[in-house]
Amino acid sequence: MVPLSWYMLLSLAVFTIGVFGFLTRRNIILMFMSIELMLNAVNINLIAISHYMQDLRGQILALFIIAVAAAEAAIGLAIVIALFRNKATAHVDEVQELKG
Amino acid sequence: MEQVIMNQLSYPILTTVIFLPVLGALLILISRRSWELWIKWVALITSISTLILALPLFTEFDKTTYKMQFVEKHSWIPEWNINYYLGVDGISILLVLLSALTAILCVMISWYSIKTKVKEFYISILLTTAAMIGVFCSLDFFLFYIFWEAMLIPMFLIIGVWGGPNRIYAAIKFFLYTLVGSVLMLVGIIVLYLYSGRTFDILELMTKSYPYSMQLWLFWAFFAAFAVKVPMWPVHTWLPDAHTEAPTAGSVILAAILIKMGAYGFLRFSLPLFPEASKAMTPVMLILSVIAIIYGAVICLGQTDLKRLIAYSSVSHMGFVTLGIFALNSQGVEGGILQMVNHGVVTGALFLSVGIVYDRTHSRQIADYGGLSTHMPIYAAFFMVFTLASVGFPGTNGFIGEFLVLLGGFTANKLIGVLAATGVILGAAYMLWLYQRVFFMAVNPKVVGLPDMDIRETLTLVPLIVLVFWIGVYPNSFLSFMHASVEHLLERVNMAGSLQEANIAKTIMEGVIR
Amino acid sequence: MKLYVLIPFLPLAAFIINILLGKEVLRNKAHWPSCLAIIGSFIISVITLFDVINGRVINEDLYTWIISGKFQVSIGFLVDQLTAVMLIVVTCVGSLIHIYSIGYMHGDKGYYRFFAYMSLFVFFMLMLVMANNFLLLYVGWEGVGLCSYFLIGFWYEKRAAADAGKKAFIVNRFGDFGFALGIFMIFLTFGTIHYAPVFSEVKNFVGHTVNFLGFEVDLITLIALLLFCGAVGKSAQIPLHVWLPDAMEGPTPVSALIHAATMVTAGVFMVARCNAIFSLSPDAMIVVAIVGAITSLLAATIACVQNDIKRIIAYSTLSHLGMMFIACGVGAYAAGVFHLYTHAFFKALLFLAAGSVIHAVVHNDIQRMGGLKKYMPITYAVMFIGALSAGGIPGLAGFFSKDEIIWSAFASHSEVGKFVWIMLTAVAFFTPFYSFRMIFLTFHGKFRGTHHEEHHLHESPNVMTIPLMILAAGAIAAGWAGIPSVLGGGAHFAHFLEPVVGHPEFHGTHAQEFGVMGLSTTIALIGLVIAFVFYIRKTDIPVMLARKFKFFYVVLFNKYFVDELYNLIIIKPTFWIARKFLVGFTDAKIIEGIVNGVPKAIGVFSNKLRRVHTGIVHHYGIFMAAGAFFIILYVLLWR
Repeated sequence: MVPLSWYMLLSLAVFTIGVFGFLTRRNIILMFMSIELMLNAVNINLIAISHYMQDLRGQILALFIIAVAAAEAAIGLAIVIALFRNKATAHVDEVQELKG
Repeated sequence: MEQVIMNQLSYPILTTVIFLPVLGALLILISRRSWELWIKWVALITSISTLILALPLFTEFDKTTYKMQFVEKHSWIPEWNINYYLGVDGISILLVLLSALTAILCVMISWYSIKTKVKEFYISILLTTAAMIGVFCSLDFFLFYIFWEAMLIPMFLIIGVWGGPNRIYAAIKFFLYTLVGSVLMLVGIIVLYLYSGRTFDILELMTKSYPYSMQLWLFWAFFAAFAVKVPMWPVHTWLPDAHTEAPTAGSVILAAILIKMGAYGFLRFSLPLFPEASKAMTPVMLILSVIAIIYGAVICLGQTDLKRLIAYSSVSHMGFVTLGIFALNSQGVEGGILQMVNHGVVTGALFLSVGIVYDRTHSRQIADYGGLSTHMPIYAAFFMVFTLASVGFPGTNGFIGEFLVLLGGFTANKLIGVLAATGVILGAAYMLWLYQRVFFMAVNPKVVGLPDMDIRETLTLVPLIVLVFWIGVYPNSFLSFMHASVEHLLERVNMAGSLQEANIAKTIMEGVIR
Repeated sequence: MKLYVLIPFLPLAAFIINILLGKEVLRNKAHWPSCLAIIGSFIISVITLFDVINGRVINEDLYTWIISGKFQVSIGFLVDQLTAVMLIVVTCVGSLIHIYSIGYMHGDKGYYRFFAYMSLFVFFMLMLVMANNFLLLYVGWEGVGLCSYFLIGFWYEKRAAADAGKKAFIVNRFGDFGFALGIFMIFLTFGTIHYAPVFSEVKNFVGHTVNFLGFEVDLITLIALLLFCGAVGKSAQIPLHVWLPDAMEGPTPVSALIHAATMVTAGVFMVARCNAIFSLSPDAMIVVAIVGAITSLLAATIACVQNDIKRIIAYSTLSHLGMMFIACGVGAYAAGVFHLYTHAFFKALLFLAAGSVIHAVVHNDIQRMGGLKKYMPITYAVMFIGALSAGGIPGLAGFFSKDEIIWSAFASHSEVGKFVWIMLTAVAFFTPFYSFRMIFLTFHGKFRGTHHEEHHLHESPNVMTIPLMILAAGAIAAGWAGIPSVLGGGAHFAHFLEPVVGHPEFHGTHAQEFGVMGLSTTIALIGLVIAFVFYIRKTDIPVMLARKFKFFYVVLFNKYFVDELYNLIIIKPTFWIARKFLVGFTDAKIIEGIVNGVPKAIGVFSNKLRRVHTGIVHHYGIFMAAGAFFIILYVLLWR
């Protein structure tokens, strides 16, 4: 029986990698992948705690997140492609359309 | 329900009067943009039928009681204790009728002068009318606030879309000014709601009494909303811009109805809800009113723009209204209410008249006119009557209102009365000077050959002329509506005043004993 | 049958007919409704007068006009002796002037408008005299002012006419301001503004004081003086006299009717009507007498150097109005009203005769007239009679009324009485002097205008001369109704008015009365003779005097510079404040500064704040991470 804390440590590690990746990478695809990592870290956490607490709601929520993540990835990638068509770059520093 | 008199007529009169214009607006909404004539006729017929359906208010009104009449009450959002609650009394009834009348005149005067986005224009006019009537009829704060704000949007559009060259600035200024005040009132309403055990029912709120310090805060919160609308000095500067830039119909609605809401608010809410605070703040309000009267009148002497001059004269005239209201005696308050109606009739008529000549020359500059009497004698005669009513000439409505207000003001405080009476001298000076520059003296080449008023324009002004003389010669047919309500209101305020004195005395006594 | 109600409403009907139909239908027949209406009113007035003589005084309300709280006022009429006299004056002189106007205004493009306004004026004037309460009086008061505004500015395309009309209205508003305050005080004191209760209760308030604008003042004096403000404005007394001379821009019949016979005497009427109030306030009486005396003398001196024929008569009117106020001020209301009544005849006559002259020479400057006697004999004759009557030459109407006033002033045996008596005696010199200066310059000597003008000279048509002759008869005979007892008359006029205005307590022997009368008559004759010498025999004397006393001449010619003074201290500063201070400074800078400043400040602040949004995704990421970190920290450490 693997203790809960191990799962949580795993989740923490994956999440940290995700955050680190999101903050350091400039390529938009890589940043996307980092976001996916963070989401999955959350999923791990949810499922582990769900199992630990014998409550199915956590797993249902995880399934929701997977579905939302898929949708989000689809839209996100569509935006990336649109962006690439307009700017011919995947480098986020070159996109500052929201500058106030 | 013995506090109010339910609607006895065969149809829900207030609902009809409020929502008939909305129906008309919907009908126009689904019409084709190119059917301009159809749209105009729909607007005209809707507004005329609104007035006709509102007439039973005038004939069936029970003048012997202060109670709310023609009341309709339906539960709307029971969770928050919000009701659809309508009714009129002697204070609001004349304003409801005036609003209905004004709508017709606005539609008529815009017949040819509005050439772009005709459909949207008439929708805006009808919606504004509905909201304005709603404001005067609402007996539920929630409903009241909805109407109060709802009226801003079409009005904003009327100024901003169909206005003069500087319309965007004027429209935004108008909107922000009024919104800032209204938001403070909203806070006040919520405070009342929470304090009173969660009710928006205005009549119920009036039966409660509130601690003096709370009354003071609420008084100023409501003051912010009402003073801007009146407009009282020194928050009047939106008015000249809005009036000047608005199309004729917009100026008329602004002058005739919209700025009455402030004064109405003082009467309906500030005085009965916060009687002690109102009484304590009377000196401030009287002084502000006198400043408005004199300031507005003197500043008129420096104007070169027709509409701007009349706009500033509104500041002066509304000063009379607030003066009358806060004189807190029956002459003052009744004079104030009558002066609200008078100002609606007369200033509305003056703006209509300016619109008539503006349609011909497209100039608002006084210097572009002169000798107009020679070329437009009928128009000159009409304008003269309204000028006289505006300066309070006996036999016209302006005299009755101003006289009662001044009498009330003089009774309340002699100095205030004397100062306010100087406004009458100044009023004659600026109006006659305006009249002289526009209608007398050598004929300006720019006005040569202008056609006199046609049937449509004459018909627009005739109802107002009738009112000018009717109120002037037999004011009792209007004053009699107010007596019971005003007596009741003053009883409440003055009783509270003595209570407050008693309270202060008590507090002092307690302090001494300690 | 309330026949008397028709007296004011006939002219109102004529006004409505004329204003609706005059332009298109009646055109040059527009005089018919107006003339018929006023003649009708005159006939009913005569009937009413006999009713009153037989002791039937009417005081009844038609309907309640305004009710508000305790304040109640009716539309109602009071026809007593005083009103009956005024009715006769207004409708009789009014009828003659209406008929005269048919000729005078013939061919004017505003013919119907003229008669419409005249009828409206008569309506308001009749309302004024018939009112049974102060508010209705005020209605008539403002109404006649409005008609005066219309009629002065009748030729509105002329700037001077438009200006004069406006000036008259606004100056009158200053007076009305006080008058309105007086009405307010009456309401505060008595709780009603109807004459009967006010006049009967006023004696209960003797000695009461009231705090007015921080001063403790005697209540009745305050009310009287506030009311008198209105009279000062309407009757053009100093310091509000400036509008009347300018009002001569209007057509001459207007000057005759409004600015001589009726409207301007409304102030005197009002003071006489309120005698119950005035008599109880010695201070107010002194003010009335002194204002009247100063106006009377100053106006008489100004009249001596003016060259505009109508302005001379206008200043003469001011002077005579001053005398009427003197009479009221010394308590001889009957004498004041008597003078009002005779003055209406001879002054209307003078104006209409002057109008006849102007009709012929088409300008007003007496220096460019002369020798008109042979061209217009009737006008000359009637104007001569008018001037004799105005100058107080024995036997004519003006003599009896003027003498009554002078005697009252002398016999009142007060300091003020003596003072105004001296002033009056001086005026008695000037009145015939300027009247005959005008006559001599106009009708005697050689014509001083152009040849073209001389060619145009002619006597006026019958429709104008017949009213003149009737008025001339009035100017001779009107005074016989009030011949004093010392001259063997019955002083019927004063006895008739006694129920309204009471009887003043004067003490004087017949010898004194003869002395006073003789003195003023002698002085008047001296004035006449000097005028004769100056303007017929030795015409170089006036020129020499004017050169020698240049200072006085310039001051008099410019009417003591009162207009200029008002312009400097009232009109200019007001406009400066309006244009420069209020429009340019408080509204534009202060209020708009705040109104536009707040959004501007918010704009500046948000301009700084928007820098936070760099548009770089990583910055947002870092903010988010930092935010999450701090929230977690907060939860861990403080919760």
